[in-house]
Amino acid sequence: MSEIHALSGAYVTNALDDIERAAFEHHLAGCTACQREVDGLREAAAELARSVAAPPPPALRDRVLVDIGTSRPLPPKALPRESRQPRFRGLLVAAVVALLAASGVGYVAAVWAPWEQQSAHLTAADQIVAAADAQRWTAAAQDGGSVTVTRSSRLSAAVLTMSGLPAAPAGKVYEFWLLKPDQSLTPAGTTSLPQGDFVLDGDAARAIGAGVTLEPAGGSMAPTTPPIAFVNFGPRA
Amino acid sequence: MDESPRQASEELPAVASPTESATLAGLLGACARGDEAAFARFYDLTAPLAWGLARRVIRDPSEAEEVTQEAYLQAWRHASRFNPDRGSATAWLLTIVHRRAVDRVRADDASTRREQVYLRRATTPDPDETPTLAVAGLEAHRVRTAVATLTDLQREAIELAYFAGYTHGEVAALLGIPLGTAKTRIRDGLIRLRDALGVGS
Repeated sequence: MSEIHALSGAYVTNALDDIERAAFEHHLAGCTACQREVDGLREAAAELARSVAAPPPPALRDRVLVDIGTSRPLPPKALPRESRQPRFRGLLVAAVVALLAASGVGYVAAVWAPWEQQSAHLTAADQIVAAADAQRWTAAAQDGGSVTVTRSSRLSAAVLTMSGLPAAPAGKVYEFWLLKPDQSLTPAGTTSLPQGDFVLDGDAARAIGAGVTLEPAGGSMAPTTPPIAFVNFGPRA
Repeated sequence: MDESPRQASEELPAVASPTESATLAGLLGACARGDEAAFARFYDLTAPLAWGLARRVIRDPSEAEEVTQEAYLQAWRHASRFNPDRGSATAWLLTIVHRRAVDRVRADDASTRREQVYLRRATTPDPDETPTLAVAGLEAHRVRTAVATLTDLQREAIELAYFAGYTHGEVAALLGIPLGTAKTRIRDGLIRLRDALGVGS
């Protein structure tokens, strides 16, 4: 197993083939030591580019600016529930984003429009809540309000509902976490709103808990503050 | 090559200084909210690095342009995915550029004969490239000084992996060394570079 750590240099220089890269990224998702090393080596690799910097062709700038004028930045991963719209619309929003992210759409991800009803994707969160093996846990949040997590092991998915929490301070976001059996916390989404239903990113069937912290905007790879709320999942249904 | 000779009065490319990296992260944050003016500024600060890297890896200027263009579009669309806690905006962008460049080179190779592959990816810079190395100035000097702290073997392995886009298996085959040795040289060389430049900690 120590072999895989030695791939960090080859990974940041894109010297792995597709299969090795996928395997390494899978490992990376669960290994914070490798993540830290990769982050550092990535900076070093990027510095190498400075030795070959050159003035770009002027026409390139024009083409790039035209491109971005016709394309929309992807929203951050977890989306809020819009309080004026029907409840399922907010769940639809979160579900579509979660499904797009989970399907690994790759470089050219679909430009997603919130007004499009995709009935095939409508009920991801509803399915979780309605699943025969759905389990629900609630915890009071530190400064008021509560957090409820509904998990279906069969669907390997969970929805986290925030209610009555204070607004996130400027420059901070609420970040969700799944607790793995090895006691590590993996990022499961972020939001800047203090309420709503959020389909959590990650393997909820194997997780043994979930929580929420406040993190700097953009989210963190590991919690930097104690949990605002945390639920331990009981035994699987 | 269709590049015109460098003019004596030509300015050094405006690559981002360390004091600007906080600005680059802020600009990406604005891009995530759809701010096109912020993106144009982000482009102007980073394009010499992105273009230079794509050009060095891909060689063919029009393919390098295509890849650079695609990389910036990806950066725009995925700006919300940039996490300043994980690293600098420059490294984030160049990771996108580098990966696309390497994928393009490998796709091109798949339809090219073996000996042409070696020529395409020859690691000795051609004479037309010498001006670009001279142009990059202080930042490049700092990097070249740091690269000089690597062993020849480490430098060679990194050159083949990073600039010529070979897989570590190909690097091992080209250098006649075991796969594990190739991996180790690349990793150790990057660690040394990281420490010499004081980045990524």
